[in-house]
Amino acid sequence: MKISAIVTLKKEVLDPQGKVVNQTLKNMGYKNISDVRQGKYFEIELDEKDPIKCKEIAEQICKKLLSNTVIENYKINIG
Amino acid sequence: MKSSIIVFPGSNCDRDIAVALEKFKIKNQMVWHNDANLPKSDLVVLPGGFSYGDYLRTGCIASKSRIIDEIINHTKKGGLLLGICNGFQILTETGLLPGILLRNKELKFISKNVFLKVTNLDNNFCHNYKKKNIIKLHIAHNEGNYFANNDLLKKLEDQNLIAFKYSDRNGNINDNTNPNGSSNNIAGILNSEKNILGMMPHPERMIEPLLSGEDGSLMFESLFNKK
Repeated sequence: MKISAIVTLKKEVLDPQGKVVNQTLKNMGYKNISDVRQGKYFEIELDEKDPIKCKEIAEQICKKLLSNTVIENYKINIG
Repeated sequence: MKSSIIVFPGSNCDRDIAVALEKFKIKNQMVWHNDANLPKSDLVVLPGGFSYGDYLRTGCIASKSRIIDEIINHTKKGGLLLGICNGFQILTETGLLPGILLRNKELKFISKNVFLKVTNLDNNFCHNYKKKNIIKLHIAHNEGNYFANNDLLKKLEDQNLIAFKYSDRNGNINDNTNPNGSSNNIAGILNSEKNILGMMPHPERMIEPLLSGEDGSLMFESLFNKK
């Protein structure tokens, strides 16, 4: 089964890269953009058919490796 | 006094620290990250560099190395652990020290000498700085922006666990003396037991007055003359 995870910085953590992208978009003429936050996207192939088990494993790897929960949140998509 | 320096793929300050430790009569061994056993040591050092090319997050992949469990056991028994630069990043990723190091506020790699105020003199790494508590060390990092939430910052300040703060030559600490955006100008912190120190500046680069300066020497002398 295919799972994906999106890791983003928590709201209270400064994201200088997002800020620069935001500013650049404004400089390019996109005046109506109010905020940009940059994150990471992972695609993972799992040899497991049970979606509940997949979710469990995905939770574990997000907590243990893919994100640092001090500063980041993660969101998991299954299938 | 015996020490072990852990070498990861991408470490590049490991031999510099070995030179510094040996200069101050500390008997050192290099230990590969994938070794299962840590040789008997009083001090373990996680060196600076770019372990695993900084993939995913700085220090993150190294924090999952085989030797790490041994290092955690070493610290539980009261052994000393020093993480410099990338070593500090590895310490936060293992959870041995709280908080995390983010990219520098200005998104630029910084390589320069900075002034620091030694804000905790009561530990095995810093007690010799009683002689001189405003020092000059070198920093070289892209992710040195120490981040801690307000609760953690309060705990670090209240329990006096901050070892170094970025300052000016007179010891003034403010936004103008903060090179990378670190919370409260933090350059290095200790754990509650004060046997683990993580710091972004490089003391091993300041041990020869002819080349650079001597303010790093005081740390290695502190370690050799453990309290």
